[in-house]
Amino acid sequence: MTLDLFPRPGAAAPAAMLRSQVSMELRLLLRNGEQLLLTLVIPLMLLIAGTHSDKVVDLGVGRPIDIVTPGVLALAIMSTSFTSLAIATGFERRYGVLKRLGASPLPRSGLMLGKIGAIVLVEAAQLVVLCVVARVLGWHPHGGVAAFGWLALLAVLGTAAFGSLALLIAGTLRAEATLAVANLVYVLLLVGGGLIVPLSRYGGAQHALKLLPSGALGQGLRDAFHGTSPGLLPIVVLLVWAAIAGVLAARTFKWE
Amino acid sequence: MNQPAVEVVDLVMRYGSITAVDGLNLTVAPGTVTAILGPNGAGKTTTIETCEGFRAPQSGAVRVLGLDPIADSRSLRPRVGVMLQSGGAWSGVRAHEMLRHIASLHAHPLDVDALIERLGMQTYGRTPFRRLSGGQQQRLSLAMAIVGRPELVFLDEPTAGLDPQARHATWDLITELRDSGVTTVLTTHFMDEAETLSDHIHIVDDGTLIASGTVAELSESGAKNTVRFAARAGLDVESLMLALPHDTKVDEVSPGAYVIAGHVDPALLATLSAWCAGQGVLTESVLVERQTLEDRFLELTGKALR
Repeated sequence: MTLDLFPRPGAAAPAAMLRSQVSMELRLLLRNGEQLLLTLVIPLMLLIAGTHSDKVVDLGVGRPIDIVTPGVLALAIMSTSFTSLAIATGFERRYGVLKRLGASPLPRSGLMLGKIGAIVLVEAAQLVVLCVVARVLGWHPHGGVAAFGWLALLAVLGTAAFGSLALLIAGTLRAEATLAVANLVYVLLLVGGGLIVPLSRYGGAQHALKLLPSGALGQGLRDAFHGTSPGLLPIVVLLVWAAIAGVLAARTFKWE
Repeated sequence: MNQPAVEVVDLVMRYGSITAVDGLNLTVAPGTVTAILGPNGAGKTTTIETCEGFRAPQSGAVRVLGLDPIADSRSLRPRVGVMLQSGGAWSGVRAHEMLRHIASLHAHPLDVDALIERLGMQTYGRTPFRRLSGGQQQRLSLAMAIVGRPELVFLDEPTAGLDPQARHATWDLITELRDSGVTTVLTTHFMDEAETLSDHIHIVDDGTLIASGTVAELSESGAKNTVRFAARAGLDVESLMLALPHDTKVDEVSPGAYVIAGHVDPALLATLSAWCAGQGVLTESVLVERQTLEDRFLELTGKALR
């Protein structure tokens, strides 16, 4: 085969670059067992365990599966947009992937859009699978179409908040430290952040937890699927976290 | 004269208290292979990475294809190929998948299969990057640098860790790139590589340019060239020295073996032949020992380990 090395430079069309980047990110994610564990296996296990959670912990009044499902949806969103994104980005920095792509025609905005695209697709798949499994396990979502509208809105805002936090950590810490912090925060928020356990079970701490992105997202979804409006508070909380972490990440992010 | 492909003017780069690049000036003519040589820590990679737009000059200026590597990054990136010294791929990505991905970001990439064949990368296409050997990673990295059909490529130690076969395949490819009109800037620690490939060499030490020229110019500018010749023992070396330029030394190092040290040029050889003819002496062998690039490099940068 002959190789025509004569220069003929040019960037691919932006849409083509983005498609390629999203598909690359998705393939890498699907190939990575730990990431799949985080994004799907753990939420599914919690969902199944949740049907019998009343034998372990008291989640409050109501059917356990109805209380647990919105929390598991919130957990899935956090797993993908925070833990998974932080770890992947941390190692991309470490392995010089961001540097390599930074020398390619793909602009930084394309790199970011690629990540957002992959996250949105993964979350959509997670939420569909989890909702279907929850339904099979006996989940009765209340609130009708409006509740699913809230799910979409809070998923977007939650992803913005958690994603910005992920980039803030991954862009400043070493890869190993990012791995540790991302996992630690995941466990802390899962257990004590109002993600899965209703805020009413936290006593006096609930007023503070409402202001955490995990509390806002978890409680917002529980309210929505309980048939009551989550109100403005979770929207404002998630927007503020997204704005602060986003600005900090943009200022401090080191590409290598 | 053509606009230089790369122009570095009074570049200064510091890391904390360490000055990596200290007022460096160099240019790269378009269509050439230019090697930047220097001991470890001389500032080669920092200079190249500034040209690639990864770092902003702290003082001085860098122009690449007439543009600013950072401000004009968007228009430069498709035109400039970059080979990093290491890494540059996801640990789980497969070799061919990574190359095809980079190719997909370009409008008119090379034929990926032909490039894979040329660099002998057929056998490890599905191997994840983290399991590739150092040499395999190097070849993938080189392939990623040129797959977008750039006008200018920066190759940071392109043959480090390669076996001789892969080294020669890489050399052939770099020569072919030049024949196709691509400008290549490379760093290397292999003097034979610089001698074989480069049209022009810049030697950098302690962040400044200490010598510059073609291989021949650099080798000849040193004073240590010698001519060895054999003839009958006991020639009158004093008489020969009088015939030769006055800073030339002649010794009979062992009976019948002579060494002339000095500026060796065609005129000197002609004088030697004429003197021998005048004495009725037949020289049995004449060997011109030109200083190698490596000799010159060590002379310029010293022999101390860095």
